[in-house]
Amino acid sequence: MATEVLMPALSPTMEEGTLAKWLVKEGDTVTSGQIIAEIETDKATMEFEAVDEGTVGKLLVAEGASGVKVNTPIMVLVEEGESADALPAAKAEAAPAPQADTPAPASAPAQAAAPVEIVSKASADWPEGTEMKTMSVREALREAMAEEMRADETVFLMGEEVGEYQGAYKVSQGLLDEFGAKRVLDTPITEHGFTGIGVGAAFGGLRPIVEFMTFNFAMQAMDQIINSAAKTLYMSGGQMGCPIVFRGANGAAARVAAQHSQDYAAWFAQIPGMRVVMPYSAADAKGLLKTAIRDPNPVIFLENEILYGRSFEVPVLDDFTIPFGKARIWREGTDVTLVSFGIGMAHALAAADKLAEEGISAEVIDLRTLRPIDYDTVLASVMKTNRCVTVEEGWPVASIGNHLSAVIMERAFDYLDAPVINCTGKDVPMPYAANLEKLALVTSDEVVAAAKRVCYR
Amino acid sequence: MATRKTPETPAPKRPNVSKEELLQYYRDMLLIRRFEEKAGQLYGMGLIGGFCHLYIGQEAVVVGLEAAAKEGDKRITSYRDHGHMLACGMDPKGVMAELTGREGGLSKGKGGSMHMFSKEKHFYGGHGIVGAQVPLGAGLAFADKYLGNDNVTFAYFGDGAANQGQVYETFNMAALWKLPVIFVIENNQYAMGTAQKRSTSTPDIYTRGAAFGIPGEVVDGMDVLAVKAASEKAVAHCRAGDGPYILEVKTYRYRGHSMSDPAKYRSREEVQKMRDERDAIENVRELLLSGGHATDDDLKSIDREIKAVVNDSAEFAKTSPEPALDELWTDITA
Ligand SMILES: Cc1ncc(C[n+]2csc(CCOP(=O)(O)OP(=O)(O)O)c2C)c(N)n1
Ligand SMILES: [Mg+2]
Repeated sequence: MATEVLMPALSPTMEEGTLAKWLVKEGDTVTSGQIIAEIETDKATMEFEAVDEGTVGKLLVAEGASGVKVNTPIMVLVEEGESADALPAAKAEAAPAPQADTPAPASAPAQAAAPVEIVSKASADWPEGTEMKTMSVREALREAMAEEMRADETVFLMGEEVGEYQGAYKVSQGLLDEFGAKRVLDTPITEHGFTGIGVGAAFGGLRPIVEFMTFNFAMQAMDQIINSAAKTLYMSGGQMGCPIVFRGANGAAARVAAQHSQDYAAWFAQIPGMRVVMPYSAADAKGLLKTAIRDPNPVIFLENEILYGRSFEVPVLDDFTIPFGKARIWREGTDVTLVSFGIGMAHALAAADKLAEEGISAEVIDLRTLRPIDYDTVLASVMKTNRCVTVEEGWPVASIGNHLSAVIMERAFDYLDAPVINCTGKDVPMPYAANLEKLALVTSDEVVAAAKRVCYR
Repeated sequence: MATRKTPETPAPKRPNVSKEELLQYYRDMLLIRRFEEKAGQLYGMGLIGGFCHLYIGQEAVVVGLEAAAKEGDKRITSYRDHGHMLACGMDPKGVMAELTGREGGLSKGKGGSMHMFSKEKHFYGGHGIVGAQVPLGAGLAFADKYLGNDNVTFAYFGDGAANQGQVYETFNMAALWKLPVIFVIENNQYAMGTAQKRSTSTPDIYTRGAAFGIPGEVVDGMDVLAVKAASEKAVAHCRAGDGPYILEVKTYRYRGHSMSDPAKYRSREEVQKMRDERDAIENVRELLLSGGHATDDDLKSIDREIKAVVNDSAEFAKTSPEPALDELWTDITA
């Protein structure tokens, strides 16, 4: 019987890919385990092995085709003497999972209000009229590192798989080629050890960039980050600082479960002596990483695996940096202030779109850095809108949103027309099951509901 | 006790093994292989998500070690755990349904591929953080010693994990307190894309126990009988109250580190050579046939049985419902 071979999922976050190369042609016999195609994901080019045996009846997707969705039929395998047309109309086997009851989404108001106009605020981070190019967050981070490494011999990168493997998430791709093994070091899996070596090297006059494959593994190194890196300037009476960047993917990716899905923003933001950065856009990723590498303090730079592949406009400037402690207003609005950072921004912006359709004008602020925090921008906005919702992926207890609420209460209490609501991840370890994971994460619908609540709508 | 080193090419000292045992090892290894192949397929279809680390190639390690275990013994390992679970008798359906994140999974769908447990089979996980299971394993052994029984714990970890600092902190305490733990280093020669020689200052990991007075040896992990013999020796040492033991089992993974590993750090020829020349399942197959313990037909019928078990597990894993939504809020605190 003829079988369809489907576009495979080749990584946790892959939704589509490019069929880079067919290694078989129609009429070829295929054995199980044989490599039949090369498929490009956003991270890498992967070899795709056949699982069934048969003869290639038909290639359904042309070589070079991009944007091929996972589970699309890409080839028909037939048995000896069978024609490709013998394919039954059978559907792809990946049936959706039987669903548990899903709560109905909050229903729209009976009378839809007139949509509001969306005012995008021009960023003051670069001069009006600057030439722009589209770039993924991954590329932006790589450019920032490469530019700073070119400019300063003391900057070097160390971490697991950053060199020969080209980075577990391909952020450091090409850096080994350009800068050599002296400046791009593959470490053993010894986070506590290499973090300590990095901190010592910073004491000794270098500017290390320490990559954690993901921040979940920085937990192994927590003591060196906090007790050694963050406190030494103070303990030495200002003699000895620690110019080091700790960077890597933070937060949930897709289905990697409790030990690999955690947002550490609020944890690190609590530590005096440190800078904490969590960019959303590619321009911010680039400009802030350059600032981080030049900063004389230890900087925690929290990236996000899902954002690595997203593209944004980045200014084409020789030396483009973004200062710490300066929030970005993504959208101006008058009814409610949405404050977020990192991937939370994706939910905040999506919520603002939905709110606009319902006649609610949301101002959206990206904090970008969590230590220092740009309180003034948030307070000015809240004084204007009188309402605030915070959005973050992390847990609700002792969250960044909790902290902002306290500051707003202290400094703008009289301006508030409603209590501040914190939209956060749920107060549970991250479950693996697809339906539960979806529930555990903060969503734009929850942000919309919260915004309506503070607007009494 | 001094560290012993077996010669580079150990004489094939076959332990006495019955036909039934040999057939059992064949079955157990084949189950793991077929199960993993199926898991790989389900991953490609999007039915399994996240990280999924296959054990294909390493089957003889866990099957050989389990051959010396008795009821009550404990085991703990990393995220590359499907083989360990099958080898200690956990239900393939429950494992596969956990991979698909369904209610019928061993962790009700909440743990996934890397995090599964079975109190009944004394399987303590399934750990996603490289090296973390090593002190945990010593802790399990601590509990057994404290409680005064003769159980031992198998603590499995990789060549990459062998560099984590907590491994050596554990070696020290395990030796100091004579804990009944067998440290099984599954040396498949790579930690993700890092070949052992690029991460490890000396080639023989098992010798590192010497600094702590822990005996150790290297074992051919592509030979299930050699693994079994080493396991028996280590288990006897631990049960006798002589403290920990290290087995560095040389093995090889045929697939990428996880499903999303393009595996550009080694050649296809290297992988193919291992498959062709050293495959543990093929080795036992040949022993069975050449020793007249089984006919081709016997083995074919075993193949069919295993295939049916695996297909059933996949069917179960596809049809078991997703967990109920209120499961999100259960099991957080006891
Ligand atoms: C503390 C920590 N650091 C990094 C990782 C990412 N990681 C997962 S598996 C792995 C390689 C481990 O290799 P090895 O110990 O040899 O085991 P194998 O995968 O070969 O079985 C790495 C770096 C992790 N899970 N935990
Ligand atoms: Mg390994």
